[in-house]
Amino acid sequence: MRFHFKTSYDHDIRLFPDWWTFFVYGALLAVMVALPFLMDSFFLSEVTNVMIWAVAGLGLMLLTGTTGQVSLGHSAFMALGCYLCANLMFAGLPFLIAFPLAGILTGLIGALIAVPVLRLHGVYLAIATLALAIITEDLIVILRQWTGGVNGMFAPDIMIFGTEVNRWVNPEYWYYMTLAIVVIVTLIYVNLLRSPLGRAFAAVRDSEVSAQAMGIDVSRTKTIAFGLSCGITGLGGALMGFFAGAFNNETFTFLLAIQLLMMIVVGGMGFIHGAFLGAIVIAFLPQGLSIVTDNVRVLNIPGLEFGAFGAILIFFIIFEPMGLYGRWLKIRTWFELFPFARRDMFRRQKSYLKTERVR
Amino acid sequence: MEFLQLLLSGLANGCVYGLIALGFVLIYKATEAVNFAQGDFMMLGAFVMIGLVNSHFLGINFWIAVPLALLIMGALGYLLDITLLRSLFGQNQVAIVILTISLGFVIRFFAGAIWGHEPLNLQSPLALGDVRIGGAVISLADLAVIIVTVLLTISLWQFFQRTKLGLAMQASSQNQMAAYYMGIPVKRVQGAVWALSAILACIAGILYASKGAVDVSAGFIGIKAFAAAVIGGFGSLPGALIGGLIVGVIEPFAGRYLPSGYSQLAPYVILILVLIFRPHGLFAQVRTKKV
Repeated sequence: MRFHFKTSYDHDIRLFPDWWTFFVYGALLAVMVALPFLMDSFFLSEVTNVMIWAVAGLGLMLLTGTTGQVSLGHSAFMALGCYLCANLMFAGLPFLIAFPLAGILTGLIGALIAVPVLRLHGVYLAIATLALAIITEDLIVILRQWTGGVNGMFAPDIMIFGTEVNRWVNPEYWYYMTLAIVVIVTLIYVNLLRSPLGRAFAAVRDSEVSAQAMGIDVSRTKTIAFGLSCGITGLGGALMGFFAGAFNNETFTFLLAIQLLMMIVVGGMGFIHGAFLGAIVIAFLPQGLSIVTDNVRVLNIPGLEFGAFGAILIFFIIFEPMGLYGRWLKIRTWFELFPFARRDMFRRQKSYLKTERVR
Repeated sequence: MEFLQLLLSGLANGCVYGLIALGFVLIYKATEAVNFAQGDFMMLGAFVMIGLVNSHFLGINFWIAVPLALLIMGALGYLLDITLLRSLFGQNQVAIVILTISLGFVIRFFAGAIWGHEPLNLQSPLALGDVRIGGAVISLADLAVIIVTVLLTISLWQFFQRTKLGLAMQASSQNQMAAYYMGIPVKRVQGAVWALSAILACIAGILYASKGAVDVSAGFIGIKAFAAAVIGGFGSLPGALIGGLIVGVIEPFAGRYLPSGYSQLAPYVILILVLIFRPHGLFAQVRTKKV
């Protein structure tokens, strides 16, 4: 068991609380960098896919996990990021400029949308964002001048410093590009959580009333959270569209937004690790299921993927609301405190619900 | 004449939305949770009915099958409550939102596995015959939908206002702990309301299936019913019906007068506008606490 002796105030907000954590994450990064030499291109593109889902999931995690606002409409912002990036590149901007610019623009538009939408609470917010996602599906068809409508659009070639990054020609370049983006986004996220703004996010999530009492401008904080979240998700959407190579209105349906939400629930709501663990589950679930159905013919039913996904989610919501990362935390605590860990340490407290309709 | 025809078809569709919205509102009113699977409950109700009635399934007489289907769905609603939802008792609404969304996926999967993914027609006596009203034609099914919906809304509204159980349901949503102190068996009341809303979904499903073919993804019209419930002010039963009618009537007119592609946006645009300008709907249930 490790003890943190805090000898200065900076210890509380260090990026890595001790050398051991630094070493663990350094080792993880080293493994990730070495991965293209260890794996063939099929698995490499699977890992790339996981990382792309993780970027989009980090965006939603910032809003739902950290700030506590549920969105069922993040597919809208994935679409926005993707089409913005493609259109900026068609306008002649290089990928290295178009990609961050698409993220920033998506974030700004998201923040604009957030101003009216975030006055809503809980369920109302979920419904409004769901409507947003559905409207976006139709808007993609209507605005065919920029989106290609139902026929969709082919992603332009990505050139970075004169080298073409193509999924089929050089998958390891795609992998490294995604890895770099994931690392940057994760660093932004971690640093955000250490900043006053990140603390304000968490305060708003835990209690709006007490956050207000601490002098936090709740609506401003929520708007910034929404904007940042949309920006990051937009980057994820751009990566997803470009990775697929072609995208149309059916790439970004509202089911994608629901999948994204479920992904962070399975991974572990409110933890950065949760976005990654959830991404692993969601990216490998179809493969895992197809292996199962190949061996067990009886299970070969159309629609099994969503059914299994729903069942997994129900299981998690009821038995492990903290998700996979929460399970890991419990296991780790058990070992760290051995033999003093008690089952009730993580028990959900009994609570009673009150109406939101009487304020 | 075209106007009247559009209005009638809109009203009939709107009543289906209103019926699903009633299910949302019932559960919201009594448990403070939103059942995102209500549309899928409706789909399941329709398929249970098809499974009972259609000749290549069980082939039971329509009028005997109706109470059977209602009983099956009611039992299912109660079972879902005691097995799944009760374990989240008193938890945050968001957990229940996610639970019911995933429940919808699972229901859709099972319905697809049992009844297949092809659209099916219910062999319903309502599917035959039309009624003429001043030159406009309305099918018997549409007329039945409108009558049943209006009757159901009025009786449920009165049920919530007048009866002891209805008041107990309202109390248990407003403050669970206080409801316990008043001797209300909150968990059993919640089970009852889930059963009730599943029955309501089944009625909606039977009527919807009488109007036309049903397939597994029929549950997605639940999203339009959301628009209806929100416009009516989540938590108001007559509001849900009126919201449903508004959405239902706007749809055919938007389809007729707006350029193609824009018309299906109409319900959602209205939903968002209502949320922005009247966040608590036309029949707001939100009151500031009097001290």
